[in-house]
Order: sequence, then C-alpha cells, then structure tokens
Amino acid sequence: VLLSITHAMFTKYAVLASLAVAANAFAPSFLGGRLSLRQGQTSSATGVSMKIELPPLPYDYTALEPKISKTTLTIHHDKHHAKYVNVANQMIEGTEMEGDDAEAILMKAHKDNNVGLFNNAAQSWNHAFYWDCMKPNGGGAPTGDIAAQIDKDFGSYDEFKKQFDVAGNTAFGSGWAWLSWDGSKLSVDKTIGAGNPLTDGKTPVLTMDVWEHAYYVDYQNMRATYVTTFLDELVNWDFVNENFAKAKK
Amino acid sequence: HYATEADRIVIMLRQSLRSASALRSAAKTHGARAMSTYALPSLPYDLGALEPVVNTEIMTLHHGKHHATYVANLNAALEKYADAEAKKDVAAMIALQGAIKFNGGGHVNHSIFWTNLCAPKDVVAPSEASPELAKMIDAQWGSLDAFKTEFNTKTAAVQGSGWGWLGYDKAAKKLAIATCANQDPLSTTGLTPLLGIDVWEHAYYLQYKNVRPEYLKQVWQVVNWKNVAERFKAASA
Repeated sequence: VLLSITHAMFTKYAVLASLAVAANAFAPSFLGGRLSLRQGQTSSATGVSMKIELPPLPYDYTALEPKISKTTLTIHHDKHHAKYVNVANQMIEGTEMEGDDAEAILMKAHKDNNVGLFNNAAQSWNHAFYWDCMKPNGGGAPTGDIAAQIDKDFGSYDEFKKQFDVAGNTAFGSGWAWLSWDGSKLSVDKTIGAGNPLTDGKTPVLTMDVWEHAYYVDYQNMRATYVTTFLDELVNWDFVNENFAKAKK
Repeated sequence: HYATEADRIVIMLRQSLRSASALRSAAKTHGARAMSTYALPSLPYDLGALEPVVNTEIMTLHHGKHHATYVANLNAALEKYADAEAKKDVAAMIALQGAIKFNGGGHVNHSIFWTNLCAPKDVVAPSEASPELAKMIDAQWGSLDAFKTEFNTKTAAVQGSGWGWLGYDKAAKKLAIATCANQDPLSTTGLTPLLGIDVWEHAYYLQYKNVRPEYLKQVWQVVNWKNVAERFKAASA
C-alpha cells in the first residue's frame, strides 16, 4: 500500500487524499487512523479541516448504563467536550497552530504559558482519550503486557488499583487520575484542571475524569463509588494495552 | 572513672534535673495544644427555601454531604496534625497542610455562603440593606447591573472548581471582585469576604447542568444583601 501511494503521489494528489480518507475511515478502531483522529488530529492531508475534531463516542450513549448514564454521556460529550474543542479551534484560528493536532497544541500552549489555550486544547485531548478508556463490561484485572508491567512496577494489580483509587479521590477539585509510562516504568499520577502527564514527558496509557460533571448526575457527591465502578466495571484494558505498546516503541 | 563518689552524685543530679525540665516542657507543650473540633453550622432556612433558584436536592447534598464532609475531614486532619506535633514530626505536619487548607477552606467558604443566601421573598436591594455599600458599588462599577455583569463574567470563567467573591480591601478601603480556585479561602488574597458564589459543579449541576452562566444569572434572586451589608459594615469599621 505504501509503495503504491508513493508512486501515486507525484501524479495524483487527489487520489492520495481520498486513499488517506478511506484508510482513516476503514482502519480498525483500535489502530492507526481512527485512533489518530480520536486524539483530535486534523485531517489536513485531505484538505478537509484545519481544526481539532470532536470525535464521536466509540459506543452508543446508552452503552455504559447504568454505570454512566445516557444523560451524563450526552452532556459530557455533546456539551463539555464539544465546548473545549470549539473554543480551542477559535483560539488557534489564523495562527500557525491551525492544522496541528490537540497534542501538539497543548504542548505548545504549555511551553508558551498560554493558560486559556492549554486548558481547552488539553481538555479536548483528555476527553477524547477518556472515552476510549472505557467500554461496556470493562474493568477488573488486565491481561497482556500491561498486566505484566503493572505487576513489575506496582507489585500487584491490587496495589495499582489502590494507588489509582487514591489519586482519583484526592484530586482536590476538578482533575484527572492517570496511569502513565515514563520510558522505564509505569506510575499513577493525579492532575488538577486540564493537567496532563504529557507535559512532564510521560505517555498516558489510561485516564479517569474526576471533574464533578463526569459523575455528579449518577453518583452525586459519591466520587468514591464512581472511582470504584470505573476500575471494576469500565476500564478498557485493550485500549490501555494498545497505548502501552505504542509508548514502548 | 568518677574522681569521687561526690562527683558521680553531682553528675546524676544534673542529668535528672535536665530530664525533669524536658518532661515539664513536653507536658506544657502537649497540654497547651488542646484541639478544637469544628461543627457543621445549621442552615438559616429550610432546605427548600431557595427554590426555584437552587432546589431542595442540591441544598440537601451541598449542605448535608459536601459541607459536612469538609467539616469531618478538617477535624480528622487536625487530629492527625496534633499527633504529629506531639511527636515533633514536622514532615508529617507539612504533609497535612494540603488537607487542612482544602477542608478548612471548604468549611470557611460554605459557612459564609449559607448566610449570603436567603429565600427570594426575603431579598432586599443593596440600597435598602446599606446605602453606603450601594454607593460604593455605583462609584466603582457605575451601577449594580454593571457590577453583577463583571462578577458573573469573571466567576463563569473560573477553570474547574472555585468561587467568585465580592471582597473588601481594608487597606485601600475599596470593594473588589476576585476568584479563587478549589477551596482556597478569600483570605489567601488579602481581601475580606462579603459575598461568595460557589461555582463547583456540585453547587448547580443537578439543575443547570453545564450551563454555569444561567446559574450565575439566576442566583442573584437569592442573594441576601442584608448579610452582605453586615459583613461590609464589620469590615469597613
């Protein structure tokens, strides 16, 4: 495929463009194209958009009931996440960052200490990542490479679970709990607001939103119950394993 | 190795005097650190009093769960702090400061908040509550509406969890609008709190969902200007 695209490049740019769109549309959702779009990447190669995209949920709005309700997913995705994407796009319009993906924008905004742009770009990235971190009938102990690495770096899944639970419950205010790879080991972190371990040079493999809007309709003040439910019944370990595999390369 | 038995006795006496003095100062230190316990204040109105602006469900959770948890966690943190201090474990004391600031701030902020609000029928205009306060608002913002607009714009813009405040700057003898993150109390800015509006999502989400600006637009219908005026009078005395 790569050879034929290279050959076509010099004479049929439009064909290349449509091939790229097709590749993105039909690539398996856990690899490559759709994933890169999910990270808020633009499709500038196709000339279609120079903006951060709002990816659709990877499942139906009712898919996570009763752990996370349709009401929550609807407002969380269609209002909160959408607003971060819209505001970030407004902020980058006419700037050199038009055409960059959300990750590139949040890193530049962090470097430039542009708090407003960082908040919106990072929240765009964080939410796109978060949707994929969950699946119906997920949760529980992982399998695969991530399971082995968790045992190595935490001692056991239970110890990881305890640390992740504490991180989620002690983010004093709005924030996120993370499992990240720093190049040689996994660690659990918590961030406040739009914070993301990417700015510390780490690669996130799993996140959990603990802003109140993520759980208030379903759990009210009981953040602890939401955190336990996320760990026991929602974590998409397949996605975590994919992220881990990419991070280790 | 003692020159004489007398020398040995003198050395033993000195040692016991030193330990006695150490025991005395330890007792003084430990005894003086009696720890206060903080309590959840009662609401000055029924849980449904602020309807339809802030509904009963929110008030029940906000006061009975969120504020109650801050109080419980503050007391727990202070108890641990007292233990750490008795052991002279400074590292442990420092480690507890985040929890004390967060839960203590939450308790302080919400205690002010409940008094800042009242039933819609009990609301009076600032000019009636305190002509002096109303005059200062007009002088600094042009009008009450202009003040509310700036307050709402700044408070809506709080990223994540926090509070919007009308505060009094004692040094400058002026009012000021300020916002604080999380449960940081207004005292951290040097201002004296007069009116606080909670914009943590738990304060409005069940009714207003993501539309924080609508909550801010409506909440003025339950602002207790009499209480704000009392605080202003005390602060500007």
